[in-house]
Amino acid sequence: MIAVAAFYILSAIAIAAAFMVVVARNPVHSVLFLILTFFTASGLFVLLGAEFLAMLLIVVYVGAVAVLFLFVVMMLDIDFAELKAGFFTYLPFGGLIALILFGQFAMVGGAWIEKSVTASAIAAPSPAAAAVSNAEAIGRILYTDYIFLFQAAGIILFIAMVGAIALTLRHRDGIRRQNVSAQVGRTRAAGVEMKDPKPGEGVVF
Amino acid sequence: MQDLVRDWGPLWGVLGGTGQILAIMVMLLLTLAFILLFDRKVWAAVMMRKGPNVVGPFGLLQSFADFLKFVVKEIVIPAGANKTVFILAPLITITLAFVAYAVVPFAPGWVISDMNVGILYLLAMSSLGVYGIIMGGWASNSKYPFLGSLRSAAQMVSYEVSIGFVLITVLLVVGSLNLTDIVDHQKAGIWDWHAFSFIGALVHPQEGAGIVGTVYAFVVGLVMFMMLGIFFVSALAETNRPPFDLPEAESELVAGYQVEYSSTPYLLFMIGEYLAIVLMCAMISILFLGGWNAPWGPIDNPWVGFLILYIKIWLVFFMFAMVKAIVPRYRYDQLMRIGWKIFLPTTLVAVAVVGGHVAYFGR
Repeated sequence: MIAVAAFYILSAIAIAAAFMVVVARNPVHSVLFLILTFFTASGLFVLLGAEFLAMLLIVVYVGAVAVLFLFVVMMLDIDFAELKAGFFTYLPFGGLIALILFGQFAMVGGAWIEKSVTASAIAAPSPAAAAVSNAEAIGRILYTDYIFLFQAAGIILFIAMVGAIALTLRHRDGIRRQNVSAQVGRTRAAGVEMKDPKPGEGVVF
Repeated sequence: MQDLVRDWGPLWGVLGGTGQILAIMVMLLLTLAFILLFDRKVWAAVMMRKGPNVVGPFGLLQSFADFLKFVVKEIVIPAGANKTVFILAPLITITLAFVAYAVVPFAPGWVISDMNVGILYLLAMSSLGVYGIIMGGWASNSKYPFLGSLRSAAQMVSYEVSIGFVLITVLLVVGSLNLTDIVDHQKAGIWDWHAFSFIGALVHPQEGAGIVGTVYAFVVGLVMFMMLGIFFVSALAETNRPPFDLPEAESELVAGYQVEYSSTPYLLFMIGEYLAIVLMCAMISILFLGGWNAPWGPIDNPWVGFLILYIKIWLVFFMFAMVKAIVPRYRYDQLMRIGWKIFLPTTLVAVAVVGGHVAYFGR
């Protein structure tokens, strides 16, 4: 009963937040609502018994990706009037995409309800879902059957990262940089010189 | 809490669970009051000052006096601030700081939610802590807080990476993401605590591992001891403690993201910060120093176990306080260099070393 109540509360918040992502005037508010949507989605994962996925969703999307979103959006110089102006020109196109997405979800949901279709399409979990913990179950699949796809995904991300660095990295001349080994390797003898000034003479460097 | 719902029915189960949560919150807040005082006392002692000593005997009630002062002051919200986000930021900080304690096993059987992925939950909650800071800095609509929050966010995101890898070495050694399992894995005695498992590798070598296996286990033990050090330093950086307190460096950034905050919202930020510090102390105790286990063996009585963990948390916090008193502040580029160029590669190698031992010699 508590699980059902939690499901409805979380779903209601998720849908409302997702709606606010689109409607909110201020882009920063949009991102914050997006984060709320991620958060409630991970709550729904917990209700499904997929606590590992839920935590990954928070660590990866909320903890890392959304932070970058927020950084970018906060740094932007935003003209609110201009943002609002484009709304109706983009509405038909956005509406079309939303409609297609909704259709697809409806098809998947319909197939799910029509058990005869899904029964043959869904493979039985191996080993039984209750026998192993979530993390172990995902690990067994990911690092055996799908190891090449998994590695390929990693390589693609790596290439993207190298590309981003290669595009933005430039070595400019005439810039003073920190030489860490010189800083750390500095000794007392090199840094301090003891002078013994005589009265009335001062010190000559 | 699940057990309560099952045993007592939905109504009394939920009420009982809420009671547990309230008890832990009150315990935490009381602990916090005295740990704040302890922090200041240690700092003062190192500087040969007396520290707070006016309110109550030995200044014991100083934190409560500070609390009252914070609460009765006027809440100032800057005119240009984004009001909702401005108020929301400290609330998020303190809420996240509290909810992280849901998975901390305080004693045998004393844990609100004994979930399978407890260690990931802690990582997730501490990675969310950055939002309070970014939101607070942005909503203030002022340059100093914003710059402070950006520095702080960059710092926290950087050190989460090494903390994540250290957690992976621990969970490779234990073979579970559950914090109770992690504590149970260290129950044999002080030489089995992850920090000192290099002694354990020699005291009771793994059967059938041979000389190579024993030496490898010893090396893994040494690596785990090093991980304790890295985790400790990363925890300092993650919680914005000195010597990594660049977000609120008084001499450079006024007070970082908190510049515009006053009264209760500031108090919430501060409580959230200290709760995160105590959480890090608890995590060090649980992951590396045996949790509620005594140095000579396991503890069955939850009260004794709780007392032992509590003492460990205070000892680790003493280290935090001493570092604050002794070590000068780092420069920002040094901070980033340590995080990305030293800790990240070191922990990555450590994961490979520990993983190799688990793969070839088992746990």
